[in-house]
Amino acid sequence: MTGRLIHDLTDLPPFQALLDEHSADVMGVLRGAVGRGDAEDCFQETFLAALRAYPRLDDASNLRGWLLTIAHRKAIDHHRANGRRPVPVAEVVEVGVTDPEPVDGIWSTIGALPPKQRAAVALRYACDLPHAEIAAALGCSPEAARRSLHEGMKRLRKELA
Amino acid sequence: MKAELKRLADRASEEGLLDVAYTTMDSPFGPLLLATTPRGLVRLGLPNQDSERLLEDLATRVSPRVLEAPPQLDEVRRELDLYFEGRLTSFDLPLDWQLTDGFRARVQRAIAKIPYGQTSSYTDMARSAGNERAVRAAGTACGSNPLPIVVPCHRVLRTGGALGGYGGGLPMKKALLRMEGVLA
Repeated sequence: MTGRLIHDLTDLPPFQALLDEHSADVMGVLRGAVGRGDAEDCFQETFLAALRAYPRLDDASNLRGWLLTIAHRKAIDHHRANGRRPVPVAEVVEVGVTDPEPVDGIWSTIGALPPKQRAAVALRYACDLPHAEIAAALGCSPEAARRSLHEGMKRLRKELA
Repeated sequence: MKAELKRLADRASEEGLLDVAYTTMDSPFGPLLLATTPRGLVRLGLPNQDSERLLEDLATRVSPRVLEAPPQLDEVRRELDLYFEGRLTSFDLPLDWQLTDGFRARVQRAIAKIPYGQTSSYTDMARSAGNERAVRAAGTACGSNPLPIVVPCHRVLRTGGALGGYGGGLPMKKALLRMEGVLA
């Protein structure tokens, strides 16, 4: 039990350090997962959820993986909410989308992948995460993460060929 | 990214998730670290102190929800600026004393009452804190003051007038006393 006690006293770094080190990666993953326009909202939701849970976090050994897990869940929530949200209207209002960066090219192809594959590819190539961390972020086994990544890459190669 | 981080700090504050807000400010002596809780100013780091270590200490002793949020410290910064310009002689800031307790806390509260431009001695502070003979402990309490400048430990000298020590270094203690007209 002594080990557990010592572990409880493991100091969490100031939350600002997590922002300084990982906010760019989290934003990168979210842009890949939900697109540029919605990434900002998911970013806020991700870090607010992280802040809420942070003082009770008892394993500070992989804070980046922890943040990316939350980001991944927020992206899934976002997709679910969007799936439920279509509202019938008499007239469809045209809304301009401001997107200063080109969305064609490889990211739009990645964006069209199924969610797990898309997340795996983004985590691997945008964030340079090893398989084990991708698995942690996606909440699946390393084997399943490898499979998602493999399937995603296979599809990408086919699409881009 | 800067706008997103600012928005995050604002929302964290609105939702009661910002336990420690900090910023740094320039002073005639170098950068100061300012940290506040919702209760008040909790830590002031002097230029010769390691900000990163102070923030880690706050994360451990107060809460790990520590965020850089300069607007939360606007009033503190304003009063300190005026003080350094010689235009403010008494701070009117809510203070959070949670980083100190017991005898040390009593000494530090006694220090907080020493008026601008006046000095006191470690012996006086020990007496005010209820133990006249604990002069050395009073000295330690000055040295561990979490809120220097605002709680003016630079106004505490040795009996007889020798300067004693200062967490920010003796040149800074001298300069502050000179600014307040105590030293020539």
